[in-house]
Amino acid sequence: MKKFVSMLLALVMVVSLAACGGSQTSAESAVEEAVVEAAVEKAVADTTPAKDTEVVESEDAMDPSDLTFGFIFLHDENSTYDRNFMEGAKAACENKGVNYLEKVGIPETNECYEAAADLVDRGADIVFADSFGHESFILQAAQEFPEVEFAHATGTMAHTENLPNFHNAFADIYQGRYLAGVAAGMKLKELVDAGAEPKVGYVGAFTYAEVISGYTAWFLGVRSIVPEATMEVQFTGSWYDEALEKEAAQTLINNGAVLLSQHADSMGAPTACEEAGIPDVSYNGSTIDACPNTFIVSSRIDWTPYFEYLIDCVLNGQAIPADWCGSIETGSVVLTDVNSNVAVAGTDEKLAEVEAGLIDGSIKVFDCNNMTVEGKPLDSYMADVDTDPNYEKDTEAISDGYFHESEYRSAPYFDVMIDGITTLNAMF
Amino acid sequence: MNSKTHKDPLFHISRKDPPVWWKRFGIRIIAVILALVLAGIVTLLLTKLNPIDVYLTMIDGAVGTKRRVWALIQKTAMLLIIAVAITPAFRMRFWNIGAEGQVLIGGFATAVVMLKLGGKVPTPVLFIIMVVSAIAAGAVWGFIPAFFKAKSNTNETLFTLMMNYVAIQLIGYFVLEWSVPKGSGQIGIINQKTQEGWIPSVGGNAYLVNVIVVAAITIAIAIYLNRTKHGYEIAVVGDSQNTARYIGIDVKKVIIRTMLLSGAICGIAGFLLVSGQDHTITKDTAGGNGFTAIMVAWLAKFNPLWMILTAFIICFLQKGAGEIATMFNLNLAFADIITGIIIFFIVGSEFFIDYKIVFRKSGKEVAA
Repeated sequence: MKKFVSMLLALVMVVSLAACGGSQTSAESAVEEAVVEAAVEKAVADTTPAKDTEVVESEDAMDPSDLTFGFIFLHDENSTYDRNFMEGAKAACENKGVNYLEKVGIPETNECYEAAADLVDRGADIVFADSFGHESFILQAAQEFPEVEFAHATGTMAHTENLPNFHNAFADIYQGRYLAGVAAGMKLKELVDAGAEPKVGYVGAFTYAEVISGYTAWFLGVRSIVPEATMEVQFTGSWYDEALEKEAAQTLINNGAVLLSQHADSMGAPTACEEAGIPDVSYNGSTIDACPNTFIVSSRIDWTPYFEYLIDCVLNGQAIPADWCGSIETGSVVLTDVNSNVAVAGTDEKLAEVEAGLIDGSIKVFDCNNMTVEGKPLDSYMADVDTDPNYEKDTEAISDGYFHESEYRSAPYFDVMIDGITTLNAMF
Repeated sequence: MNSKTHKDPLFHISRKDPPVWWKRFGIRIIAVILALVLAGIVTLLLTKLNPIDVYLTMIDGAVGTKRRVWALIQKTAMLLIIAVAITPAFRMRFWNIGAEGQVLIGGFATAVVMLKLGGKVPTPVLFIIMVVSAIAAGAVWGFIPAFFKAKSNTNETLFTLMMNYVAIQLIGYFVLEWSVPKGSGQIGIINQKTQEGWIPSVGGNAYLVNVIVVAAITIAIAIYLNRTKHGYEIAVVGDSQNTARYIGIDVKKVIIRTMLLSGAICGIAGFLLVSGQDHTITKDTAGGNGFTAIMVAWLAKFNPLWMILTAFIICFLQKGAGEIATMFNLNLAFADIITGIIIFFIVGSEFFIDYKIVFRKSGKEVAA
């Protein structure tokens, strides 16, 4: 028992030492970490001039340091999906000199509403949530706090809710997919010229418009280079499941796909490709570190422009559109660097050319001349743009010879099953 | 496993008589203090933050505003009701780790009624159907493993665990089937416009009804377990099934009856979660509380009234830890480390109440 007591004593001593040493380091770190709180207090006192010199000198414009932007993330930075949002959020707040608040690991339950309300209590002027399932809880908060702006990524309800402080946002990511598809197509051509079958594979999440739009755009990009290409799609039934995604990729490879891409964010499909030596186009960020021998290129949405736009709107007292769609021009749709070890020579030049075509409108991703459904040309398609439980097809999406994706609503609604793509399973 | 030298171990562990109340209390207090100190050291070493600031932030995160206080009370209530629900089974030594599934299936039944009958029947009728179907669904989920345990002595731990996955997959299937928009895998808030089937706010407070229901159930179960014949039978079956048989208790009947009760209360928990809190159903609706509740019940020594305290402590730590992550821009995993250390010490202190460590006396041999 004596031994135990002495051990305890020693522990207490160590602790008291640590506490003494701690109080010094803590002083500066506390200052550093409590910047947010300090800034809010400063805003209340409003005695110090703003340190940011870029402030718009307008009579009714708000001071950036008075503005607090609160973010709700589904996971933490270990998820590539959320990290993409976090980086954009931090960059935008820093660029604009506004206060940043975050809540990480918020599930798609009532906790999302609680988190939003708590951010409002804390002084947030704008609240943003990053996951699809957060939407109805954000809507609930928006109804309760009309003085605060609520924005939500990938949602579909704002354009029909008519709530002035509730907003959706997305980007023309199908254009990014198409570009990535062009890079993949060039690689496929090289493989086909060497004798491979022109068959590609795609790991999807759910049989949901966002996924269908994504893989079809990518496939059309591939086919703009290799017209005889075909594709198989395997769904996982989950937005994030590394094991399932890897398995799906292996299934596709076993079926004879010579090049892969995916919707889901985990490293499952890219790792399977690296192991099998199959070229891969990833999503939401480069996987070149883990897959140096197979990674071609990746498209992603850069959310910084949207966040900066939101901040500007609130600072200048402008109304925020219910539905905002970023594009290549706004800097929202971006490609990572092309991996020259895998991609074909001349890929960069070709991508620049296609990108210019997408911007000036001479190239349409969902050009009806390039798609058939059950052998027939596609000249009319009613899309379910206004979300309702009966999936009512409410909007004619095809006119002027192409499918108008993300024009009537930012979140994708292209869910046509076109010829050349075989879905191995359905998950809805 | 014995070492070849047959040396006495450095120490061995033996049971001891329960210490007097102030010693028990003291051991627990020491455990909490040690936990806070160790967690403080870890915080300092890993993040260079002042542990005091971190703890203050934790307290602020849990009870800093009126909204947070209510959120904490609601969270505690939801954990408490599940802990109370599993207690009759655990007292009977029926290791029901299927609370997660029983809660989910109760919540699912509630959601189905809200979806399919909301706006079609008068509100009071709707609520009656919701509650009855939630209780029935939870009870069925409890009955199935109990039936097979009573009939064929199947392993209830595995059986109830598997039933969780059945519930999760069922919900996964129907959430996809009924998702809005099509294929998105989300049902979204049910009856968001009409609020049909939502437990109403009382005095501006959305959670008051939930809390009152949970309090009533907690007291009822405490009385049921300690003051009724059924409660006594559960205790006897838990202590020794042979004794129970000897004194004429129908063990099979007690097992099935108790699990029906356990499952039914879990069903009510599911109803409260869906109708009174989330207003939707997902695989995450129970949020792992079905498992956390086991710890809550165990720490309270299966006494429903003590569970109010243990559930509160665990929810307080969880809420506070989330705030640390937010305020100091730390990874969520760090918050888990802090809560993990504290809970580990609290659980560990129970060991020092029931057991003592006897160190090897130098030179002297003690027969094991």
